[in-house]
Amino acid sequence: MHNREHHRGYSFDWITIVLFLLLVGFGWLNIMSASHEGEIGSYFDMSQLYGKHAVFMGLTFVLIILILSVEAKFYERFASVIYVVAMLALVGLFIFGKDVNGARSWYGIGSMTIQPSEFAKFATALAVAKYMSDLQTDMNTIKDQLKAVGIIILPAILILLQNDAGSTIVYASFFFVFYREGLQQIYLAIAISAIVLAVLALKFGILITALVAALIILGIYFFRRKKRASIIQYVVILLVCASFSAGVRMFYDHVLKPHQQNRISLWLRLEKDPVKLERMKKEEAYNLIQSEQAISSGGLTGKGFLQGTRTTGKFVPEQHTDYIFSTVGEEWGFLGSTFVVILFMALIIRVLFLAEDQKSQFSRVYGYGVASILFIHFTINTGMVMGLIPTVGIPLPFFSYGGSGLWGFTILLFIFVKLDSNKINEW
Amino acid sequence: MRKILLLLTVIIVGLIFISRLFYLQVYNKETYSLYDDTAIRKEFDYPKRGYVYDRNGKLLVANQPSYDVMIIPREVEPLDTLEFCKLLKITKEDFIKKYNRAKNYSPRLPSPFVPQLSKKDYAVLQEKMRKFDGFYIQKRSLRDYQTSIGANVLGDLGEVNRRIIEKQPYYVLGDLIGKQGIELSYEDVLRGKKGIKFIQKDRFNKNIGPYKNGTYDTLPQPGKDIKITIDSELQKYGELLMTNKRGGIVAIDPSNGEILALVTGPSYNPNLLVGRERNKNFSRLYLDTISRPTWDRGLQAQYPPGSPFKVINALIALQEGVMEPSEKVTCRGGYYYGSRKLTGCHHHKSPVDMNAGIAQSCNAYFVTAYRKTIDKYQDAGEGMNIWADHAKSFGLGDFLGYDLPVGQKGRIPDGNYYDRAYGDNRWGSTYIVSNAIGQGEVEATPIQLANMVAAIGNRGYYYTPHIIKEIEGDTIPNKFTTKRQTTIDKRHFEPVVQGMFDVYNKGTAASLRIPGIEICGKTGTAENFIKIDSVKTQLTDHSIFVAFAPKDNPKIAIAVFVENGYWGSRFAGRMASLMIEKYINKDITRTDLENWILTHSLENEYAKPYSGEPFKINGESTLQIVDKVQEPKDDNLDNSININVNKPKL
Repeated sequence: MHNREHHRGYSFDWITIVLFLLLVGFGWLNIMSASHEGEIGSYFDMSQLYGKHAVFMGLTFVLIILILSVEAKFYERFASVIYVVAMLALVGLFIFGKDVNGARSWYGIGSMTIQPSEFAKFATALAVAKYMSDLQTDMNTIKDQLKAVGIIILPAILILLQNDAGSTIVYASFFFVFYREGLQQIYLAIAISAIVLAVLALKFGILITALVAALIILGIYFFRRKKRASIIQYVVILLVCASFSAGVRMFYDHVLKPHQQNRISLWLRLEKDPVKLERMKKEEAYNLIQSEQAISSGGLTGKGFLQGTRTTGKFVPEQHTDYIFSTVGEEWGFLGSTFVVILFMALIIRVLFLAEDQKSQFSRVYGYGVASILFIHFTINTGMVMGLIPTVGIPLPFFSYGGSGLWGFTILLFIFVKLDSNKINEW
Repeated sequence: MRKILLLLTVIIVGLIFISRLFYLQVYNKETYSLYDDTAIRKEFDYPKRGYVYDRNGKLLVANQPSYDVMIIPREVEPLDTLEFCKLLKITKEDFIKKYNRAKNYSPRLPSPFVPQLSKKDYAVLQEKMRKFDGFYIQKRSLRDYQTSIGANVLGDLGEVNRRIIEKQPYYVLGDLIGKQGIELSYEDVLRGKKGIKFIQKDRFNKNIGPYKNGTYDTLPQPGKDIKITIDSELQKYGELLMTNKRGGIVAIDPSNGEILALVTGPSYNPNLLVGRERNKNFSRLYLDTISRPTWDRGLQAQYPPGSPFKVINALIALQEGVMEPSEKVTCRGGYYYGSRKLTGCHHHKSPVDMNAGIAQSCNAYFVTAYRKTIDKYQDAGEGMNIWADHAKSFGLGDFLGYDLPVGQKGRIPDGNYYDRAYGDNRWGSTYIVSNAIGQGEVEATPIQLANMVAAIGNRGYYYTPHIIKEIEGDTIPNKFTTKRQTTIDKRHFEPVVQGMFDVYNKGTAASLRIPGIEICGKTGTAENFIKIDSVKTQLTDHSIFVAFAPKDNPKIAIAVFVENGYWGSRFAGRMASLMIEKYINKDITRTDLENWILTHSLENEYAKPYSGEPFKINGESTLQIVDKVQEPKDDNLDNSININVNKPKL
């Protein structure tokens, strides 16, 4: 990438673009498998979902050309404006939005629907990049940390209020960005401890969690004998840990909705009563079981394109959207699904490398945001479909059916492609 | 660290995902089969089951259509249960019970709801079936017996159970499989192969068309017809003669080992085990532990053979060179060891040579021959082993290897047997003289005895008895066409055969001669005991008879065994004689003999042990005389119970 030609037209990172095209193209084939009704006639049959998606793809290319032809500086300059517009779009949902499956996340325009939360992601990434690249921002100060968090908390809360808990989690991915840009090490330690404590508290109860925490803290206390701090400090940490576990427990018991409780309970295998467990599986894990079976039945090489019996029989609900990866598993087998996993890894890692290579902090932070958002989507979606992560409804980038999703991710990625191509002009 | 945290996380997550995919798709994958794919519905098309003909081409077993109402519980929609129950002639409680049973088996797999509807019920139901989601009608074919005889040979079909399904995935719940007789032995030949249609379902279980346009669908392959070796006329006659008696008749063609008749008494009409009443009727038959109609006495009854076994001892003595045919033995009304009488004997001329020994069935003669055989060897164990090898070469003491699913090994004791019983070498030939006259430890089944006389009639070889004569488009297993040699040289048979001939000519069966047929036979009488209130009690002796005819190039070898029939020629001998005449001459000239059999019953003899009162046996008891038994008509095939099932009158 260092010896790319200086001519602008040739400075786009073709590796990223090829990876993008592969994902979108392969995604479309799988949408065709998962969604076709009856015989496949024309590829652009608008009565079929894959036909519609083909149109979305066509529009995507128009969008890409637009994004790439805009001056790179535009994105930095107008980052705040874009962010504000996106937030207004989210707020507007409360008034003009349309309910679909209990979530108020769509605008209806004629027969079309648009999901603004898909566009809020790149807007937030731009805003974060803008704020953090500001010379006056110092991520070592609590005040600026809170401001940065505020930028991502706002869309997260708006989306949560629209009953789309899945998309909210995506904003947690900005932790990677903050950390890269100098957030203190202690936050990483706190984050990891919090996750461990939460899982322990749910799985084994508050008492055992507190006990384990006490033992570890005691260990650290004796280990670090030389610069021993006051014992009170350790007691405080222990108390914080204990009350955090209690809080997690309370949150699980009283704040989460029953279906959310069940998903977590199934994931951590909390339920011991076989009757309740069976009922829970029927209510909550139907998709999951179907999806796992579909993937498993694919074997090493899969049943072949359009040949998946479970896909054809539409056994996996929502297979063309959130569960699209199960189609890959059934029809393309271990080889095909591993290929997709590797494509995603390659794309994310490519974006990461390019981000590290940026001269301007804005571009680097934005690139990091892109990689983080793609990563969290990929991890949560694929992990869920293969039964590693509790059910969270978010799409697989570039793969899942849907115009808003495809466009949102395309804009997210191609703004970075544009920024990257402009790096030779930076100084 | 700051720069590589995300990179590291991406790589770790990717590796975890690939391992998970490997676990799901490669490591933990069950071998994929269309049959197990729950997304594919399987519909079966059952082929015609092979017909069964007798040796003369008479059709014995055909098919009739049958309709099962099947259920797939999770597809059942709310329905008018009242109407449905009325159509099926079941109560609402039945409906709930059957529904729950099917659901417990599997909510998504079909199981029979009401099996085997009558044609009339089917016609009514068919019209309305589409109103009842989750139920459908599966057509099958049931057996249609063209005869009322041979239930023990023909066997029957029953529904497969789960154990069979686990072992043989070909079968699914509701399928029929051979349970007894040739239906079981030749299941693979008769059943053919069912056709299958694969239909793609969606997740609401609706059919959305043939899977891959029917590429994998198969057509049913019809079962093959078979011809069995039974002569249905002879079989029918044997069953007639056996009426009011318990026992078995086995007739074999010595020239090829074909079983001409295999009669067990009491028997039952095979049509009892067809259709919806099968389970009820089968339980009734099976649980009748007194007359045991489902127990094939021709194959499974295992008794001391009595005197017919003596001829084997004669042959062994000749082969071992310890006796000459002309050598005479003195009989003083029994066999004496010193002054001790080891076995008694009835009154006859003395001394006897081999011919007279067989004809008069002299116990002393055979004990002498037997002891000489054993004592030829220094060690009684060795002598006994050699003796046992000779006896076993006649197919005694082990399964014969015929093609019917039930049987008994019988018993020919050898040296080890007595070493275990008495201690090593702590016994001698005088301990075990009962074997000489077919009592003691020797046991055999009627079919083993019939095979034994077939080997004698053939002068030294036999073919494994079998029931299969022809398989459509196939050959019968070659173990049935392979000659099996006994260990006795051919030349030793003539004096023995002559002795058996003289049994008829001037011996114990002189009254049973058939004009124009030279029969060789041997009577037998076997003592037997049961326990009544844990007291060993003797019952009337079993009547046994073995014979072959004609004397040279025999066409039939027969063993008849009648429980508690007393002496050999009384029942068994008469019946054997009639059977031979029926087979060779096709007509019965000695109607007085036939009348005697058909008017004499042993039912009151069988009732004695269950009467709870003291009773007399053998010569002291009187025979029961009944009205002449009528031949059952073949066209009388109604399914009511009580055909040929003889219950003791208690």
